[in-house]
Amino acid sequence: MKFGILVNEGPYTHQASDSAYQFAKAAIEKGHEIFRVFFYHDGVNNGTALAVPPQDDRHIPNQWSELAKEHEVDLVLCVAAAQRRGMLDEDEAKRNGKSANNVAEGFRISGLGQLIEAGIQADRLVVFGD
Amino acid sequence: MSMLHTVNKSPFERNALDSCIRLAKAGSAILLTEDGVVGAMKNTNYSKTISDAMSNIKFYVLGPDLKARGLSEDNIVDGITVVDYAGFVDLTTEHETVQSWL
Repeated sequence: MKFGILVNEGPYTHQASDSAYQFAKAAIEKGHEIFRVFFYHDGVNNGTALAVPPQDDRHIPNQWSELAKEHEVDLVLCVAAAQRRGMLDEDEAKRNGKSANNVAEGFRISGLGQLIEAGIQADRLVVFGD
Repeated sequence: MSMLHTVNKSPFERNALDSCIRLAKAGSAILLTEDGVVGAMKNTNYSKTISDAMSNIKFYVLGPDLKARGLSEDNIVDGITVVDYAGFVDLTTEHETVQSWL
């Protein structure tokens, strides 16, 4: 089956990012496909390239990046939510005259249409948030 | 059409589970996750609400989230099924739609 996953909460906030990641991993292990993970609202902070958690703690953005690399999962940050929170990829940084970008590997910035498409294309859309 | 409802808040903190039980149709399922697992515990003020709703609704609780909170699977309301993340995935495929009560 094809899954769409929506993450509405930032990393290390409550549990949504961890739950969503564990769910995605379990779905892949069972042979399902993750069509897309869409990060909305504070969820866009999951895609930061600048997180440096303590060494004995899980690295949530890296976990996503690795999942994307190993299983070709499409990780999408909502552009409006990302810009508000200072999450910029190279193009967006240039376009807005900013000196740096901070979107982690495997993530891309795009619009809300990508969430709608995930809702249409996937067999199930599972929402994680607080 | 059967629906899987997921509830991630304790019924002692928010009324999400109350609303969910009130609105869930007969034949649907409720999975308690995150802080929602507290609602599955036996001998609380909430246990009877779950037991009463069981005639129409199947209840599940996410085992890893119980464990993360130091809660024992032996101490949950009779009739609630414990699942792991793989079981969570199966529940989403067995039901046509998934509704998260955030």
